Amino acid sequence: MGKAWRKQVGIIDWIMWGIGAGVLALILFGSVVTLKAGIYSGRHWLDFLIFGLAQGSIYALIAMGYTMVYGVLRMINFAHGEVFMSGPYTAYFLAASFYRSGFLEAHPAWSLILIFLLSVGVSAGIAFLLERIAYRPLREAPRLIPLITAIGASFFLQYVFRGLYGSGFQAYPVIKALEGHWSLFHLPILKFQVMVIFSAAFLLAVLYSFIQKSRLGKAIRAVSEDREAASLMAVDVDRMISLTFVVGGAAAGAAGVLYALMFKQVHFFMGFMPGIKAFTAAVLGGIGNIPGAMLGGIFLGLIESVGPSLFLDGLGIPAPYQLKDAIAFTLLVLVLIFRPTGILGERLAVKKA
Amino acid sequence: MKRRLFCFTVFLMLFGLVTLTWAAQPAKKDAFPYEDKIGVVKIKPGQPIHLAMWLVVAGENASLGTDIKRGVEIALDDKGGKVLGHPVKLTVQDSGCNAEGGQAAATKLASDPTIVAAVGSTCSSEAKPGVPILWKAGISTVSPSNTAPYLTDPKRGPDFSGYLRTAHNDKVQGAVAAQFAVKYLKVKRAATIHDGSVYAEQLAQVFAETFKKLGGTITAQEAVSPTDTDMRPVLTKIATGKPEFLYFPIFIGAGGHITRQAKEVAGLEKVYLMAADGCFSPDFYKAAGEAAVGMFHSSPDFSAFGSGYKDFVAKHQKKYGEKPIAPYHAHGYDAAMMIFAAIEKVGKKGPDGTLYIGRQKLRDALYQTKNFKGLTGTLNCDAYGDCADPRIAVFKTTPENVKNGVMPTQPFWKPY
Repeated sequence: MGKAWRKQVGIIDWIMWGIGAGVLALILFGSVVTLKAGIYSGRHWLDFLIFGLAQGSIYALIAMGYTMVYGVLRMINFAHGEVFMSGPYTAYFLAASFYRSGFLEAHPAWSLILIFLLSVGVSAGIAFLLERIAYRPLREAPRLIPLITAIGASFFLQYVFRGLYGSGFQAYPVIKALEGHWSLFHLPILKFQVMVIFSAAFLLAVLYSFIQKSRLGKAIRAVSEDREAASLMAVDVDRMISLTFVVGGAAAGAAGVLYALMFKQVHFFMGFMPGIKAFTAAVLGGIGNIPGAMLGGIFLGLIESVGPSLFLDGLGIPAPYQLKDAIAFTLLVLVLIFRPTGILGERLAVKKA
Repeated sequence: MKRRLFCFTVFLMLFGLVTLTWAAQPAKKDAFPYEDKIGVVKIKPGQPIHLAMWLVVAGENASLGTDIKRGVEIALDDKGGKVLGHPVKLTVQDSGCNAEGGQAAATKLASDPTIVAAVGSTCSSEAKPGVPILWKAGISTVSPSNTAPYLTDPKRGPDFSGYLRTAHNDKVQGAVAAQFAVKYLKVKRAATIHDGSVYAEQLAQVFAETFKKLGGTITAQEAVSPTDTDMRPVLTKIATGKPEFLYFPIFIGAGGHITRQAKEVAGLEKVYLMAADGCFSPDFYKAAGEAAVGMFHSSPDFSAFGSGYKDFVAKHQKKYGEKPIAPYHAHGYDAAMMIFAAIEKVGKKGPDGTLYIGRQKLRDALYQTKNFKGLTGTLNCDAYGDCADPRIAVFKTTPENVKNGVMPTQPFWKPY
């Protein structure tokens, strides 16, 4: 047994592990030096953690869409970033009209709920149409074809929205009720960040229990395990695939509202980077795995927020925040070297691919 | 014997060839005695003088280049559409506001031997690869909106000797911002953020150097990437240095995020915010919202422009149905006027009416521009191609500016 394991390990594996160990050592060294230098107080680290958590929970919500679609169709829906953009961009106009009419001031909770519902609805609708028009006719086609279609759909949606709403930036109105700080153990925390973290956690919990507990969720899981067997068990596969897209799209639309609350800016290209990051998060957590996508998203958000200060400051690198994305993707490579299926990846890659 | 004969024949042939070419040369020159070190453009009677533009006229920064193009077109109208009795042909090549686009546009221009001179580029990143390509083809170019200092730096090298600009050098803009911070706001500690673009990086650098020279401390020189949205971590890092002033000469998207998020970061609530001309646009108010109230911008001071500027705006309104859409139309007008004046200076008519324009002569004439009355002021070109009469002022945003989406027109502070 031991011998067989050694035979399988080639020189390339040793080199990869060497690279991995080297990067890890560098990260550890940088972190120790930074912590020793003591530029940042505990308060700063807490701030970094909360920013990271808020950003990460948004990534996690978007990553759900990637991972669920991968689960049922074994394809990467590269237009998911645009599904994410379509909701909040459309809801912006509702928010702006509420702001002008004073409704937002008077009933912030109601207007938030309406904005939220509109965004979720639009994103889910776009995701549904996307599957119906762009992916379903190609379901039996070779694997590469839906992938190219997804990229095409992504451009199509971007420029449709540019045509509809213009190419400029739009600023979300500021919601007064969510401005300012709350004190938690004498530490001020921004209100909307608390709200973003809690709503994301709530939504993730709802999604998770929907997939794990409800009958529909069970049917989706059945389709993702074995489509043919599921259809023999009287599961309507087409409907379940549509439902997967709708649920993923709704999660993206919800993430979009949270994103708009946090950054207060929308434009037609806003889905691109979060889309890529969420895809990374899904791979990081193990694509096809739902808790994995949540974990991957939060992990990625935290690393992006804490990483540059923690790892790079100590190494004496100037302007470390420029390297935020480099850190995130290096980490992805590192995780994939040591765990090719992702953090929580099931060993499905071999079985199904 | 045979070998000697062969050698002799070869020698004879070579001699013959040399004499032939030597004899043939003066015959070519006979037509008209006009010489130039690097080449002459000949324009037959009735043919147009070709002036090319390489500007951003497509994509998200299209307004910058379109604005300049309109300035050049109005300049040509003011000339009556003709220079030295020849009509002028204007062509535009999109340069994309990045290095690749600049290189592609310049390569296209360089392959066209009818081009006499060029106006462009828009963004400094385009000029770095583009200008050497143009100058190898003997094309001088005058930029109305490149502001990065290295383009006219004494160390820029001979590849850039065909380059001039009517835009201000950011050495001026960065210094104005630093003077404002130290002399008016009386701050001692400042931090800068750039986005990796040539423009922002050099502007932040000049600011930092001047600020230090004036006795201030730079607490951090940070960088973000133009697509970043979450600025809170980087702002938190900056806050650990306890700056009183934050200078971020970047573009609208990232600039808007910084403006909004700076107020939310502990330790930066009261910090003075200042951006540069890259954010001086109503679009920025859309991106930043009410957080922009009270912040500062450095930008060219239109109120200091000559009286001709009012006429220009009127012509612009009449021709395009709107007011100028970005800050560099007047600089574009001046760039075109400078080139027309230089062509008038060096262009010679042959006996058959053909117009001869020497490329090196044109370049030298452009560099000799002195006391040239333009819309943006009096232009004087120095040995490295800086021609601007820079009037950079500081503007402060009021609540009305944000509400109506209009940039402030009157300077809040000016160094002159």
